[in-house]
Amino acid sequence: MSSGPFDYYAKRPHGHDHGDAHGHDHDDHAPVEDREGPPSEFEIMSRAMQELLEAKGVVTAEEIRRRIELFEEDFPYRGGRVIAHAWTDPAFRQRLLADGRAACAEFGIELEAERLIAVENTPSVHNVIVCTLCSCYPRALLGMPPTWYKSRNYRSRVVFEPRAVLREFGTVLPEDVTLRVHDSNADMRYVVIPMRPQGTEGWSEERLAGLLTRDTLVGVTVPKAEGK
Amino acid sequence: MRRQTEPATRSSYAPAPGHRFNVGDRVRIRQAFPPGHRRTPYYIRGKRGVIERICGAFPNPEELAYGFDGEPAKVLYRVRFLQGHVWPGYRGPAHDVIEMEIYEHWLEPDGDKP
Repeated sequence: MSSGPFDYYAKRPHGHDHGDAHGHDHDDHAPVEDREGPPSEFEIMSRAMQELLEAKGVVTAEEIRRRIELFEEDFPYRGGRVIAHAWTDPAFRQRLLADGRAACAEFGIELEAERLIAVENTPSVHNVIVCTLCSCYPRALLGMPPTWYKSRNYRSRVVFEPRAVLREFGTVLPEDVTLRVHDSNADMRYVVIPMRPQGTEGWSEERLAGLLTRDTLVGVTVPKAEGK
Repeated sequence: MRRQTEPATRSSYAPAPGHRFNVGDRVRIRQAFPPGHRRTPYYIRGKRGVIERICGAFPNPEELAYGFDGEPAKVLYRVRFLQGHVWPGYRGPAHDVIEMEIYEHWLEPDGDKP
């Protein structure tokens, strides 16, 4: 809120329209509950592990909080910045293709344990990334993976009917374009360098980065300049 | 397969001295089903492909998964497969490919054309 203290009791816009067949609670004062019932085994394990690590002086609660904050506020935007830079600097693009981790470090982004392979879309090749075994994802560049990326549906189908899956994302590939599916199944992480759309000549890196959404960097869609 | 003739990029991560295979070599993924934590997907076991790049040497994930140190490190490759070979009913152009990372001990030389 930009002006005045936040008003807890202000009516928020409802966001959708429907008749009287209410499928959910309309009470703005209803308590927000994560979930019914006791904490799951994983929540208990996670909490116990954090408390032990804090007790032993390995990490502090503040470090963990800060890490979560980075994951939400910084990591999701790094990929777009790196690829926008690659679009505007051909030498950087080559270094990114040769060694993704080193190029990111040069750009001021430390990927920590991640080894990155950048794969580029061209007029004759389109790349898409999946991890069929779990949910390996370039988290230090794109943040946490979206739910669909982790779903069994995406993970099992994008390897054997990738063109059908891409169509569901609104991406129709011509038959003469080779589709390269990358199963991120072991130690490497992947990011797609999409083709820079026409009509973006002279754009700043910041503006270009705005086109490079998470989905374009996973390869399920392509960036579009219209309306941006 | 036309794209396999393109020069492949060699990763600079953890150079892998003594690697058994080179970029462009034809390989076959071992058709084996050992128990435990394996990073070789079932769907690719027994399939034939071509080495796309050498990723480097990494601690063996099959050992790391059980609390061991993963030594000796294993050489990791990226292998490229034709989709029409991996999935007999593949509905897409013959030039579509799938690529993934395979550790050296899952690879066998394959002299035959895939």
